[in-house]
Formats: sequence, structure tokens, C-alpha cells
Amino acid sequence: MTNPTPTMVTPDLEPEAPSRWAVAWREIVSGSPLRTLLAIVLAFAVGAVLIIVTNPEFLASVGYIFSRPSDAITAAIDAVVEGYGALFRGSILNLQGDTFAEVVRPLTETLRLATPLIAAGLGIALSFRVGMFNIGGQGQLLFGAGFAGFVSFHVDLPFPLHLLLAIVAGILGAAAYGALVGLLKAKTGANEVIVTIMLNYIAFYLITYLMRTPVLQDPDAGGTPKTPAPDASAQLPLLFGGNFALHWGFIIVIGATVLFWWLMERSTLGYRFRAVGLNPSAALTAGINVNRIYILAMGLSAAFVGLAGVTQALGRTSGFTPTVDAGIGFDAITVALLGGSSAGGVFLAGLLFGAMKAGGPQMQIADVPPELLGVVQGLIVLLIAAPPLVRAIFRLPSPSAPTAGSRRTRRAAKKGGVK
Amino acid sequence: MKLELRGITKRFGALVANDHIDLTIEPGEIHCLLGENGAGKSTLMNVLYGLYKADDGEILLDDEPVRFTGPGDALAAGIGMVHQHFMLIPVFSVAENVMLGHEPVKGGVVLDLPAARALVLEISQRFGFDIDPDDLVGDLPVGAQQRVEIIKALARDAKVLVLDEPTAVLTPQETDELMIIMKQLAASGTSIVFITHKLREVKEVADRITVMRLGKIVATASPSASTTELASLMVGRAVDLTVAKNPPTLGADSFVVAGLTVLDANGQRLLDDVTFTIREGEILAIAGVQGNGQTELTEAILGLRSGVKGSVTLDGRELVGASVRDSLDAGIGFVPEDRKKDGLVAEFSVAENLMLDRSVGAPFAKGMNIRFDYREEFAEKSIKEFDIRTQGTETLAGRLSGGNQQKVVLARELSRELRLLIASQPTRGLDVGSIEFVHDRIVATRDSGIPVLIVSTELDEVVGLADRIAVMYRGRIVGIVDADTSRATLGEMMAGIAA
Repeated sequence: MTNPTPTMVTPDLEPEAPSRWAVAWREIVSGSPLRTLLAIVLAFAVGAVLIIVTNPEFLASVGYIFSRPSDAITAAIDAVVEGYGALFRGSILNLQGDTFAEVVRPLTETLRLATPLIAAGLGIALSFRVGMFNIGGQGQLLFGAGFAGFVSFHVDLPFPLHLLLAIVAGILGAAAYGALVGLLKAKTGANEVIVTIMLNYIAFYLITYLMRTPVLQDPDAGGTPKTPAPDASAQLPLLFGGNFALHWGFIIVIGATVLFWWLMERSTLGYRFRAVGLNPSAALTAGINVNRIYILAMGLSAAFVGLAGVTQALGRTSGFTPTVDAGIGFDAITVALLGGSSAGGVFLAGLLFGAMKAGGPQMQIADVPPELLGVVQGLIVLLIAAPPLVRAIFRLPSPSAPTAGSRRTRRAAKKGGVK
Repeated sequence: MKLELRGITKRFGALVANDHIDLTIEPGEIHCLLGENGAGKSTLMNVLYGLYKADDGEILLDDEPVRFTGPGDALAAGIGMVHQHFMLIPVFSVAENVMLGHEPVKGGVVLDLPAARALVLEISQRFGFDIDPDDLVGDLPVGAQQRVEIIKALARDAKVLVLDEPTAVLTPQETDELMIIMKQLAASGTSIVFITHKLREVKEVADRITVMRLGKIVATASPSASTTELASLMVGRAVDLTVAKNPPTLGADSFVVAGLTVLDANGQRLLDDVTFTIREGEILAIAGVQGNGQTELTEAILGLRSGVKGSVTLDGRELVGASVRDSLDAGIGFVPEDRKKDGLVAEFSVAENLMLDRSVGAPFAKGMNIRFDYREEFAEKSIKEFDIRTQGTETLAGRLSGGNQQKVVLARELSRELRLLIASQPTRGLDVGSIEFVHDRIVATRDSGIPVLIVSTELDEVVGLADRIAVMYRGRIVGIVDADTSRATLGEMMAGIAA
């Protein structure tokens, strides 16, 4: 030492914080349960207001609201009770039913409709956890349905084997389609959002085209793109007999949820997924092959979405058309957001969306505009996604996470405290 | 202009970053604001500059209360700020940068570049800055860029100039030049607020010293105070920062870097023919101003870079072309320079971070299942051994202080069978206690017979830790010298002059 002067060797460099957009995005995809619940309640409350202001009786009574307000109030309450009552009747229990089967059928319909939503939601959630945005659910679902469908009516095998093969084929087909996205991202740096959107179109038109060729076409469908019905040996068996349409797909999806939980929370692969999702740079420095993780994760993400396609293709006794996606590929994004990208959360969010799908027709019968449920779904997403976004846009400090400045102070305070 | 801050209080939630700060800056004085990381210096200056709104207190200029809602107001009132990271546009000329934001115009529409050039020339000559208004800023050395920032402030008639950690990016010679400039500015009546934590500089230029700690002003000192006195005021206890170490016991030449060259995408040489050897039980420290190829050197060794030519051998094994995984498996422990970006996953717990480098197979996993019981045990052991101040193994790494984060990284990197330790900026941003700890661990690693490569931009750290010092400048090694080489010589080498 030439100069023993004690000088401070602590440059006051605050390491660069993640950008506010990254923070906002992370907050959106990993929402807290309480906030999610409040968002749902608030969305339904706004939905109630919409029911009221579109209700003819209420509108009629508004004309004399000051002379007899009780009319308007009664009309409003009646409209909401009737509207949401119809939703309950259509999705949970039909208390007006004569037989037990009629009473509980709505619930089984909810579960049936939730089945592909949960599977696809898990897939999208997986991509979120790895820091990617897979909006190729539609294409991957079509690939899953297409592959499963092909095996279900072109391969001749006895019952359990045929079904298993069709399921595996659907999942693998979708997984390959998803892995392609990961490959493009890893090799060329292509943005997965753009690639998955474009692949949606390719999948849709490819499947439509194939439904006009012997590969997927039903010979009896005339010129319209439609597949043959799956062989009975490849159909997902009904769970509770002929009275209910609920099939084994729901049980498979429960299994998929458990698998997702194990994968993300307990396994080494999920650990690497999360590490890459939260900080790819640190993962790379710690020897994790980030590009391989991207490919694997997109493949697995699409595999879960593919399972949704499989249940759509095999959970029926008739053929399907290119609209077999039924918006599930995109609803799955909402389901994943709503579920905070966790296994249990996605499962519950899928059930909620399944219930809304099941209850919609009943609400329509009760003279509530069917668009209302779309508004409620949209509001839920808005309420969950908007606060962090608004904060990011206007650079407001987050009420929960301390700002850079205060973090520094807290650190300093802690230092002072322990010494 | 006399600047007075009265009772400035700034809270972030429950935390008080500035607690009733009273500060008076007299005209023409150099006022040093001294304090550790997180003492609240930058918050205070951001309040002054209008970036933060104070919760309480007032700012007075020449005894008139003023209210700033943004940097524009502060600038108009004559307060200029030179940030640590320059706010310059590299592809613009000096004159263009200086006029940015208040461009002189002719006839209402045409930029009056000659006027801006003349202004730059006038200021540059008045203070002997030696700056050509037509040079592109991107071509200027860092010290000159800083002078452009100062010209920018002066061009807007700054009467109070705030310099935030101005010497962090400068060579010792450039630092000396800045000191002279500061004295000239003060002599011409400009007040200067000089934010720093380097005591030697404080003693050299300050007229008055205000020491901050934990958001409060703890003392006002005169430059005649001893450095130990100032240091203990800053940290609240006595400090000794010399590194205690025995002479090295040298073994074989186990780590050899030969002709290592790194090209960027455009074929520019980021690292140019770097050659050195580290023996077992030896610390080689790389000195140099930030951005002279040190980052590229460590990244190339670890396998994080493409476009690498030359050879890196550890125990005779070639590592150029190997993956990061292979390099780690060959026995490299790596402490990255930016621990938040490359060393840790802030949203992971302490325990999770400790297995980041070994997420496949033993000891942290069995098959595809993570061995949570082993991880917990390992984390508890590491917390004890490395004195990591955390509430528990499940505390998120991002919630720890910088020093404790660095201990997590060290605990992880030192837990493998090492054959080489690379530590970049091992103590950047740490408090004094953590610095001692980290230095001791590095020396202990060297004493166990492992070659150690240290990269640091802090000359004190380099001199304190190194057995030999290699100085880098523009991607090259200027020379490799003994640890007792004088600071003046090292400073010249850091500016590219071979010893």
C-alpha cells in the first residue's frame, strides 16, 4: 500500500432498476388474489348498472322518478335479480328444474365449457411465467384439434388406445407449433407476440384448407370445411352418463392443473422457467441456456393450449369446423391474467369464464343483452391490468412497492438499525 | 447567488429520505455534500432541481422563497445540475448539445448555430476548458464530455452548479483537472454543490462540508478535519479500510489468457490482444476507468460473448468457445459487476437465488424435483457463514441491502469447487462493513490456492487487494505492474500512457 489514507470505495451508483413497463407488466400477470376478487365484484357491479339502464321497465319508470321513486327502485332491483338470477340458473343450479339432473345440469355445463378454457389458460400462464406473451392460442388450439381429429377418424384402434393416441397426437402437434415460435425467438430474436399472431392466421387457413381436402374433410359435408365425427373409440367418454354432456376432458384438465403446479413450483425446469422469466440476464450468467428455455417453454405452453384443442375435438360426437377455437385461444389470455398465472388461480378463473359461457343463453332468455357478459369480462381485465398500466404511463409511484429513492432510504435505515 | 434550503423534508411512504434539512450555500463557495449510499444526498438535490416535490420546507434564493415544479423552473432560476450519467446526445456537436432545449433562432425559425458556437467558445475560453464547439460529443473523452455538461449549465447562466458524483467516471488526472475547474468557477462567483463520498477530493476543494447520514445532516465540518474524522461521521463509527493480507504463496500458472480479442457486431475491437497469467494463490486486479474493456474481458472468459478470438485456459483446459455452463463447471466462480442485473433474481428468495447456478441435478435436485429440504439447509448455512442479514431464507433477494445481496452472490459462487474466482466491482455500492467482509473472503479464497481476477474501477480497492495490477485502456492492457506502484503511475497508465 502506497497510500493508507482510508477513503470510501463506494461509488454512489444505483443499479439500473427494471423499466417501469417491465414492472407494470409483471404486476399485471401476477395479480394478487384480493385485487382480483375486488375486480370481479366491481365488474359485476358495473354490469348490474348496465342491466338496470337497459331495462325497459326501469326506463319507463324513470319518467316519473320524482313522483314515485319506488317504482324505479323496484324495477332496478327486479332487473338485476332477474338478470343475475338467469346467470346463476344457467351456470350453477337450476332450482326450477323438475328432476335432479335438470337442477344440476347447469353446473356440469359450466365445467364442460371451462375445460378448454382452463387448459388453454394454463398454457398462456406458462408463457407469462417465462416472460413471454403467447397470443398464439388460437393457432395452437387449432393444431391440437386438427392433429387429434385426424387420428380420431383416420386411425383404427380399440377404445382406450385410440383415444390416448389422439390426445397425444393433438398435444404434440400443438407443442411443435409452439416450439417453432421459441425457435424463431431463440435463433433470430423474433418477437414472439408478432410471430404467434401471424401463426394464428397460418394455422386457421391451413386447417380450413385441410378441411377441404381428404386429410380432414368430412365426405358428407359437401363443399363446406368440416371434419368427420371422431370414431367412438376416440371420443372422450361422458362422465355422468347420457344426461350430461360433461366428459373426461375435465378430469384430464384437473390432472393438467396439478401437473402445471408441480412443474412451476416444484420442478427444476419450472425453476429455470421462472428464473428466465424474471431475470434472463442473471439466468444466462448462472449458466442456464436461455434460448433452450425459450424453445421448451413455448413448446410446453402450446402443449397445454393443444390439450384445449384436444378436448374440443374429442369431447363431441360430431365433426368440427375451423371455428372450433370459439375464441378460447384469446379468452385464455384473460383467464391466465385473471388467475395470476398460477395453477389454482387459472383453474378458478377458467371456471368463472366457463360459468359465464354457460349462463349467457339463460340471460338472453331473461331479456338481458348477451353482450353484457362480454362487457363484464372486459371490465375484469381492465380493472386488473389498468392500475399498473396507468401508473406506468403517468410515472406514478406504486403504493405497494417502494420507489427507488425510498428503497435506498430503507436500506440505509436498516443498515443503521443493525449496527 | 445565495441558496438556502430550510427544513426540507421528503418522505417516500413511511420512509423519510430527507428529514428537515437546513443547508445554506453562499455565493462562490464550494460546498461538499458528503455521505454514504442512501444518505439522502441525491434526493435532496432532486428536490432542489425540481424533480421531486418536498413534503415540507422551502427553498430560498437570495432570501426570496421560490417554488420549482420541474427542472425548467430550477434552470430558469439559475440552478444547473451535472448528473453522474451525462445527458448528452453523442451524434450532436458540442454546440448543438449546449443549445438543446433553448435553441437560439434567427427570424423565428432558423437555428442560429453560430450564436451557440460563439457562446461555447466564449465560456470555454473564459475557464480554459479547451473544448471545440464543432467536435462530436461522442468522440470526446469522458472528462471533456463532463465539461460540455458544465458548459451547458453555464450557458444558461447557472449561478449554482450541482455536481452529482462527478469524479466516479474520471481518471485521476481528469479528476485533478475538474478540481481546478471547480476552483475557477467558484472564484468567478458560481456556487458549487459537490456531491461525493471520496474524502480526498473533499479535502482538496471544499470550502465547507456538510455530512449527511440516514436522511439527516449529522455534522458540518471544515476541510481541515481529518479524513478519518470525516469517514466516521459519514458511517457513524470508526473505519479502517486497509485490507489485511499476508504475502501470497504462489503455485502453478493455472489461468492463462493469451491474445484474447473480442469484436463487436461492426468488427470494432472491444478487447484487443489481451494476455496475462494468474498463478494459483495470486490476486491479479484489473484497474482502469469504467468502459475500457473490463466488462468484455470477464464476459469473454465466462463464455457470455460471441466474436471471441484467442485463448483462455484454466488448468490447461481451453475455455474459448465453451458455454457458460461448461465454464462454470470448469470451476469458475463469477461475481458479476452488476449484481442486480446479472447476479440475482430480485423476485426470488435468498434460498432460490442460492441454487441459480446449479438448477440441474445434485445437490439441489433429485431427478426433476427440487430438494427443498437440502436447499433450506444450504441457505441457512450460507446465511450463517456469510453473515447475510435477512429475515429468513424465504426473504426476497430484492429486499436485501446491496451488501447482503452481494453476500448472497458470494455465498453461491464460493460454494462450488473453485479453480478460479472472477469478481467484478466486488464492493460497488456496499457499506463499509460489507466491504471488509467481501475483501476478507476474496483474500481467503486466494490464500486457499486459487487464482483470483478482480476488476475494479476504484483505485483504492485495486491497490489494497492486488498482488499484481494490470491496467486496461481502450480494450488493451497497458501494462502489468507490482501492487506497490505509485498512484501517479497507475493514473497515467489508466489514461493510456505505458509505464
